[in-house]
Amino acid sequence: MGSPTEAGRFGEFGGRYVPESLVPACAALEAAFRQAWADPAFHQQLSRLRTEYAGRPTALTPALNLSADLGVTLLLKREDLAHTGSHKINNVLGQALLAQRMGKTRLIAETGAGQHGVATATAAALFGMRATVYMGERDIERQRLNVFRMELLGAEVIPVTSGSRTLKDATNEAMRAWVAAVDDAHFCLGSVGGPHPYPWLVRELQRVIGEEARAQTPTVPDVVVACVGGGSNAAGTFAGFVDTDARLIGVEAAGGAAMTNGSPGVVHGYRSMVLQDADGQVLEAESIAAGLDYPGIGPEHAHLGTTGRAEYRTVDDAEVLAAVVRLARSEGIICALESAHAVAWVLRAAGTPDLPTGSTVLLTLSGRGDKDMAALAGEIR
Amino acid sequence: MKQLNPYLTGGITPDWTDYLLAYQEAGADAVEIGLPFSDPMMDGATIQQASDQALRRGVTIDSILADLVAVRAHVRIPLIAMTYANLVFRDGPETFCRRLAGAGISGLIVPDVPVDEAGRLEAAATAAGIDLILLAAPVTAPDRLAEIGRRSRGFVYAVSVMDTTGERDALAATAAPLARRLREVTELPVLIGFGISTPGQAAAAARAGDGVVIASALMRRVLEGASPDDLRAEVAGFRAALDQVDQEMPVARAHPEVSGYRR
Repeated sequence: MGSPTEAGRFGEFGGRYVPESLVPACAALEAAFRQAWADPAFHQQLSRLRTEYAGRPTALTPALNLSADLGVTLLLKREDLAHTGSHKINNVLGQALLAQRMGKTRLIAETGAGQHGVATATAAALFGMRATVYMGERDIERQRLNVFRMELLGAEVIPVTSGSRTLKDATNEAMRAWVAAVDDAHFCLGSVGGPHPYPWLVRELQRVIGEEARAQTPTVPDVVVACVGGGSNAAGTFAGFVDTDARLIGVEAAGGAAMTNGSPGVVHGYRSMVLQDADGQVLEAESIAAGLDYPGIGPEHAHLGTTGRAEYRTVDDAEVLAAVVRLARSEGIICALESAHAVAWVLRAAGTPDLPTGSTVLLTLSGRGDKDMAALAGEIR
Repeated sequence: MKQLNPYLTGGITPDWTDYLLAYQEAGADAVEIGLPFSDPMMDGATIQQASDQALRRGVTIDSILADLVAVRAHVRIPLIAMTYANLVFRDGPETFCRRLAGAGISGLIVPDVPVDEAGRLEAAATAAGIDLILLAAPVTAPDRLAEIGRRSRGFVYAVSVMDTTGERDALAATAAPLARRLREVTELPVLIGFGISTPGQAAAAARAGDGVVIASALMRRVLEGASPDDLRAEVAGFRAALDQVDQEMPVARAHPEVSGYRR
């Protein structure tokens, strides 16, 4: 997956649909990113943080018991083992370094499941910056553990009470806050959405997932699969395999399937596939996984999907809950509800023409499930 | 003459066009009609609430435009639509602009379409006879400011403050410098908006520019249940403040070919 066009487009998707007040900040971030990305010193700093702080490279674990049960070779890329418990730390460490280079003293972030918020709070603590995290009231209720983690790390968590009270409205509110604080604050966006350069910047910072996995797999897998909300862990994973023959599968939540059920639209600063009505009012997503409870998808996914290079599937909440239990009891790994979407697809597809017996599957397990225990306790005996 | 453009969220109440006519009677030069969007990221709490209230009533672009057509015979001042990119691009900007024009709307403001993304919309607006009004911000660099001044139609919208829409205690210190910079690069009227909350603030802004946009201060009153008569008085207060400024500054700036939104 290469660079977007100068206007930040992947095919017909992407762009920079932001108020004039934010255009200079987006342009400055793009310039800082281009400069940093060409600077070996930046890569050295980032690489050191990844190994010494974030615990990279993360393991590649063959899921031996599930593989035997399903008749496929299932390899798990263990982002759940990264510091803070998900892949979100990869992006945030890079953006915090960029923010520091730009002289920013504060990070503003949106969060759904709270994993990106925790990662942002963590980086802010490490870099001596202030962190303000916007989180929907409904997500605060269902991911309370992560709210406590953010606050323990010294971040301010601001409840968002507008609209769906989930990630969509948290993103609106974070962007509004950025307008008023653009001089000293960096908007540390958590996924591969948002105005140019974010979809590109975040994918490049998550590319480490796919590159490590490629080096860790003896041969190119037949299928590469990851869950997709905005789509950052999938984009990072796909980046390592897009130039191979591997099939790329993104798994959406049935209630937040922008790629599967959406149509082209502009929201949160970018053009992509969006769940919306006939007028263009954005619809509220509905998923048990707060991190996938989002009516849009990163523009590069929309491009990969419409050109056919990647395929997108959906699984429903019940399949997801069953997948959490199955993975826990067969491999001793409790994954996040978000990551369980990818597992659920493998469970459903294995042995069918979509995933024939004998296939090798690389699955990115984007995060661990500790945050979901309270939510799961009511659902699973 | 200093220009007064009050804002009204389309469909906010069943009788919302009565507010439009009240604005006109109170001396508005043009009215900005908000086509509500589910995710208005440039708007503060008041306009968000106004948009939510309208959408909860079930209004659509079609219903708002139909309401405007129904009162068309009584409207003597230009109407300007203000909305977000997703509504504009949903069926294509060409279709959208034609629909606006068909309802008698002659201007369009889309805060999340900056000049770099405006190309196709600009062409569609021109073809439909709609003025695409561009926004400039305090952080806009000189070269961009010149481009915005050159490509905007009708007037240039000076975003007075680095913030979302919403009432403020005082006119932002960034308002007057931006208006002055704009007036150096364009012959178009420069209207100042965002956060202008009182007639006094409107007068201060009008001294720096050619007029003002008033939104949250009016929509708060509508949300509180104020009547069209109440709003007529409110807008008349802003009108009087601007007229006072005109008397202080008897020599108005000449805008010979761009008088569409002026009295």
